Amino acid sequence: MALKDYLRQRFFPHMWCPGCGHGTVLNSLLRAVEQLGLSKNEIVMASGIGCSSRISGYVDFHTLHTLHGRALAFATGVKLSQPELNVIVPMGDGDALAIGGNHFIHACRRNIDITAIVMNNRIYGMTGGQFSPMSGVGINATTAPFQNIDRDFDVVKMATAAGATFVARSTTYHAQQAADLIKQAILHEGFSVVEILSQCPTHFGRKNKQGAAADMMERYKDITVPVGSKKKAENPDLIERGIFVQEEAPEYCREYDKIIAKAMKG
Amino acid sequence: MERMRMVFTGSGGQGVITAAIILAEAAVIHEGLNATQSQAYGAAARGGSTRSDIIISDEEINFPKVIQPNMLVCLTQESYNSFAPIIRPGGLLLTDSRFVKQERKVDAWQVELPMYKAVMDEIGKPIVFNICMLGAVVALTELVQPDSIMAVLKKRIPSGFVEMNQKALDLGITMGAPHKR
Amino acid sequence: MSTQVKFVQGNEACVEAALYAGLDFFAGYPITPSTEIAELLSRRLPMAGGKFIQMEDELASICAIIGASLTGHKVMTATSGPGFSLMQEALGYAIMAEIPCVIVDVQRGGPSTGIPTHGSQGDIMQARWGTHGDHAIIALTASNHQDVFAMTIEAFNMAETYRTPVILLFDEIVGHMREKLVLPEPGEMPLVERLRTSVQGGVNYHPYLPREDGRLPMSDFGGVHRYNVTGLYHDMWGFPSADPGVAHGLIRHLVDKIENRTNQLARYKEYFLEDAEIVMVSYGSAARSALHVVKNRRNRGERLGLLELQTLWPFPRDIVREKCAQAEAVLVVELNMGQVMQEVKKALDHPEKVFLANRIDGVFITPTDIRKILRLIQGKGV
Repeated sequence: MALKDYLRQRFFPHMWCPGCGHGTVLNSLLRAVEQLGLSKNEIVMASGIGCSSRISGYVDFHTLHTLHGRALAFATGVKLSQPELNVIVPMGDGDALAIGGNHFIHACRRNIDITAIVMNNRIYGMTGGQFSPMSGVGINATTAPFQNIDRDFDVVKMATAAGATFVARSTTYHAQQAADLIKQAILHEGFSVVEILSQCPTHFGRKNKQGAAADMMERYKDITVPVGSKKKAENPDLIERGIFVQEEAPEYCREYDKIIAKAMKG
Repeated sequence: MERMRMVFTGSGGQGVITAAIILAEAAVIHEGLNATQSQAYGAAARGGSTRSDIIISDEEINFPKVIQPNMLVCLTQESYNSFAPIIRPGGLLLTDSRFVKQERKVDAWQVELPMYKAVMDEIGKPIVFNICMLGAVVALTELVQPDSIMAVLKKRIPSGFVEMNQKALDLGITMGAPHKR
Repeated sequence: MSTQVKFVQGNEACVEAALYAGLDFFAGYPITPSTEIAELLSRRLPMAGGKFIQMEDELASICAIIGASLTGHKVMTATSGPGFSLMQEALGYAIMAEIPCVIVDVQRGGPSTGIPTHGSQGDIMQARWGTHGDHAIIALTASNHQDVFAMTIEAFNMAETYRTPVILLFDEIVGHMREKLVLPEPGEMPLVERLRTSVQGGVNYHPYLPREDGRLPMSDFGGVHRYNVTGLYHDMWGFPSADPGVAHGLIRHLVDKIENRTNQLARYKEYFLEDAEIVMVSYGSAARSALHVVKNRRNRGERLGLLELQTLWPFPRDIVREKCAQAEAVLVVELNMGQVMQEVKKALDHPEKVFLANRIDGVFITPTDIRKILRLIQGKGV
């Protein structure tokens, strides 16, 4: 199937700003789905609220555009009630980790077979550039006019600690790697988290003197290294890319099937 | 039949609420009567008492709480002190003679039985104290058949415990019967 | 005796009815006094091949059941006041996206944590207006276990028929009390099943285009029709739209599909209304005390009657108006500061003849409490 067959043409043009990284994430996601040869009917995409969450409108799957932060809770109901469906949840950093933080860690803990893609642009874009839990200290934002003092999360560490059984990170600069990681995440049986650093030139780049979209993407090349790279040991500020966690553990829906078998035996 | 309004009181762990449920369930399932059972949460924690209200009738029961019981059971001194004053004049007041010293004068038909002692002497397991109490209640009121109580118990407890419960129920019946008015 | 007679708590009567109605997915979070519903379903659902999940909070619970409803399942969650407050955001979503689901609120004293172990009927207005924006809602209640059973079935049927969340407003008194429940035989009570579209794959399916009879056939997620579900204003395809005509049509549809059927949705019981001089209007547990008083007074020849409401929303104003038309006085009996009394006043030509007998202290209203107000109405003094 051609890549464009996965898109809902009537929904275009999309609402993302010129230079936004989210289109690249959509590209990586569709390549992953295409390479896996998944049928559109077996994919449910649930999303929350924010720039990232609009991704669900553009794809020709069963799509559920829900409430800010709550997509994983909706997705849990979809998945547990119909486990044969592939459930993918694209989320923004504020969506996943601020308002939806509790749903996020509990989805990780349950290890239910859902693929969460955290599109991390370190800002609330749709509301006009407020700092997010991923912005970090020293960042300028419309609600941090004197620079941000809120410390940031590390998504990878948090997902790992909460029990996700597949945890990976990439960037929009590394779109092919991102596609590959999403593919592996979808194939993984259990809760998977893929963080993709995604530039917001409009609200983050401008305010923080990171230049235009291309400059921000170049920066991803400079500040990231593959997992386990020696450079990281020399420079701890570098951000690692790749797979951090990939382990087999009992998956929630399968475990629940065992509960049904046990309960029916009486 | 005359509507029976009962209040069972005691302390947590004595099985007062369980006894109330068993009695009411026996009336409904095995005697074709209507019954309601409710318990006070929170409020009954005042003074460490638990309280369960039971109404049994052959007619429809609307208001499910008991304001003035025809029968009051008190298994601790504290519950006796708290609840004895609410008994309906001329009602039946059953207490356990080990735990309750009947002090106050209430206009009631007062029955004190050494139920706990009998259970410990004859069976040795305090867990069936509440069933012995139910036996006494059944004997004193003749509200339901002892078999109905046993039928409910058999559905609730492992088969290995049926005999012990039957014994406790019989003990209560034997103790209660001579006091029937 | 029949094995179909049970002696159970009201919460268990709700569980029995939900299973009878075909519930096969429940998500919940423990909260007094509704917890027994979750506990029972955690056992009963998998025994019947259904699914139970304990979520991280009440908001996640209602989100999960909405997700499961979209895959074609009959779904329910249960909670009490504070949890119901948390659910309001997703309740609005289910209204907007027209997702069938049942939400049980076993009411306790509020606001806030309030009094968890004591009954109240303080959530009547939260059920109506708790979520933001113009909308309509269906809320049902019951005063005894047989009616808890019947109204729970009605809730599932109405949810499917009108593609809408339905709220069951029970209370701690009925929820925790035990009394008789006669289980109907399978097939004895009519059930409404999910109306699925007959549109074939490859042909355009409009998830939000009502049929002539006003119903919107659904297509399960995972099926041949892929469509978008959103909480945004949306067109017949489910696509977001900022078109004023689309927006207006959508909100009118959401309100009209329920408000225009107010009489059809009205469930109520009446006792001795034909010649009643004083009509009591009550519902839920409070109606038990009201009925107790009515029956006693009737035995003494006093012309008292009771209108027991089972549908609270949409408020059955025509029924209330008709049944109270001849009454010299109307006494609303409820466990709040007059939430339904205000609606009764709005429904009547003479609101000045409406009185309130209530309690807001966590104590269940007694016949004596009601009699005191009756004496005032009857001019007999306190």
